[in-house]
Amino acid sequence: MLSDGDLMVDIIASSARVMAGFIFAAIVGIPVGIAMGTFYSMDSLLGGFVRTARYMPIAAFVPLIIIWAGIDEASKVLIIFFGIVFYNATMIADAVKFIPNETLNVAYTLGATRRDVLARVILPATLPNILDTLRVNIAGAWNFLVLSELIAAQNGLGFTIVRSQRYLQTDKAMFCILIICVIGLLTDFAFKLVFQLCLPWAESKVS
Amino acid sequence: MQTTFPTTLPQRIATTAAKLEIRNIVKVFNSSKQPKLAVDHVSLELAPNEFSCIVGPSGCGKSTLLSIAAGLIKATSGQILVDGIPVPGPGADRGMVFQHYTLFPWLSVANNVAFGLKLKKMPKAEQKAQVAHYLEIVGLSGSANAYPKELSGGMKQRVAIARALANEPEVLLMDEPFGALDSQTKEQLQSFFHDLWEKTHITVLMITHDVEEAIFLSQRVYVMDRSGKMRETVDIGLPQRRELDMKLTPEFLAYKKAIIHMLR
Ligand SMILES: Nc1ncnc2c1ncn2[C@@H]1O[C@H](COP(=O)(O)OP(=O)(O)OP(=O)(O)O)[C@@H](O)[C@H]1O
Ligand SMILES: [Mg+2]
Repeated sequence: MLSDGDLMVDIIASSARVMAGFIFAAIVGIPVGIAMGTFYSMDSLLGGFVRTARYMPIAAFVPLIIIWAGIDEASKVLIIFFGIVFYNATMIADAVKFIPNETLNVAYTLGATRRDVLARVILPATLPNILDTLRVNIAGAWNFLVLSELIAAQNGLGFTIVRSQRYLQTDKAMFCILIICVIGLLTDFAFKLVFQLCLPWAESKVS
Repeated sequence: MQTTFPTTLPQRIATTAAKLEIRNIVKVFNSSKQPKLAVDHVSLELAPNEFSCIVGPSGCGKSTLLSIAAGLIKATSGQILVDGIPVPGPGADRGMVFQHYTLFPWLSVANNVAFGLKLKKMPKAEQKAQVAHYLEIVGLSGSANAYPKELSGGMKQRVAIARALANEPEVLLMDEPFGALDSQTKEQLQSFFHDLWEKTHITVLMITHDVEEAIFLSQRVYVMDRSGKMRETVDIGLPQRRELDMKLTPEFLAYKKAIIHMLR
């Protein structure tokens, strides 16, 4: 079945959507999370909304997203983005708040300004949690991918799963699910490797 | 004719001697239902090269007072002066060592010690020499490239002390720096710290709940009481050079007895 050219297209199309949604959710979620965790004003401004938005059922918003963003790639990326960005932000904000006060205070007594503390203490201290957060949430990204492809797509693994079901090709559907699992495991392993190589001083809280 | 002096001048003349002056500090916490008076009009002066300790029952406001001196907490009223000049916030002139390990886990031992020097933009070569010097002083030259997670509790605390000292602060503030250590390591560090102080003669204000430790290390012990007031000041008339065995001499025990009675 791997020789099937369509399957390769599906894999590439789906992976690209996941990557795009995941990267945007990281680009937005990481700074928002750090800002919420660091600045009380930012938490009062955004915290309530971001924390509530996690409970927003994305599936229910899919029709609206399609009305706003059309049925092209943009809507699929948006579904993935909205599915995980709020989790990114809250998990990272909580990690920042978890930094012991004394760690920040000792930096001040060594002559650090607030800016130094942000760049030289808060950022490096939360880096392991940022990697852990991304690692957990990329699994979520694959879930939202399947959701986004159920609605309107011409290709992709989720799309193929639904179409196989329609023609009772259970083996093909199972195979696509398996592929998603394998890709998931590989990315998970890649995150683990990056963590160990880049942050030898830290211990991951995700096993 | 009346002339107006520059404002800093009379202030400086009034308080020449003290390295650190805690002047009439009051701290009221308003966070809970009823306001809590944690520090009640405390004043003290630390002469240059003096080593003093504050002892007092748990919750009497010691940590609060020290954090105010470091500029980490704002006092309700009163002033902190370094060399006679009021200091509004935290700064490199007042180094601090905490009870819990506050090393930056993402930096090697050497880079932890260099943290303040980097902020000062000290030239690289000078930084290196300074870091090596202070790691040598605390006996950890061999661990320069280790990460904090590879060190024992006592080693971590020595690095924290080296990091504070390398910054060459005017005053070193320490909040129960040996409090989390087992009694053997603690005694080792007390004796180590006494030797260190003899070598460097840095001005130190330290909090401890261990009366023996306070007497052993200090020239003066301040005793606070439960209400957040300074109750008593005890000048320790023991010889400058101190060995751990001294803790068993009658003079030492007399000080210990007196201070323990004040704490009751
Ligand atoms: N941020 C805060 N908000 C409200 N109350 C506080 C705060 N920090 C300290 N307190 C109160 O102020 C009092 C003094 O606290 P502090 O930590 O200074 O005591 P301490 O003498 O250091 O005690 P210990 O020996 O146990 O460390 C305590 O009653 C404490 O509950
Ligand atoms: Mg305390």
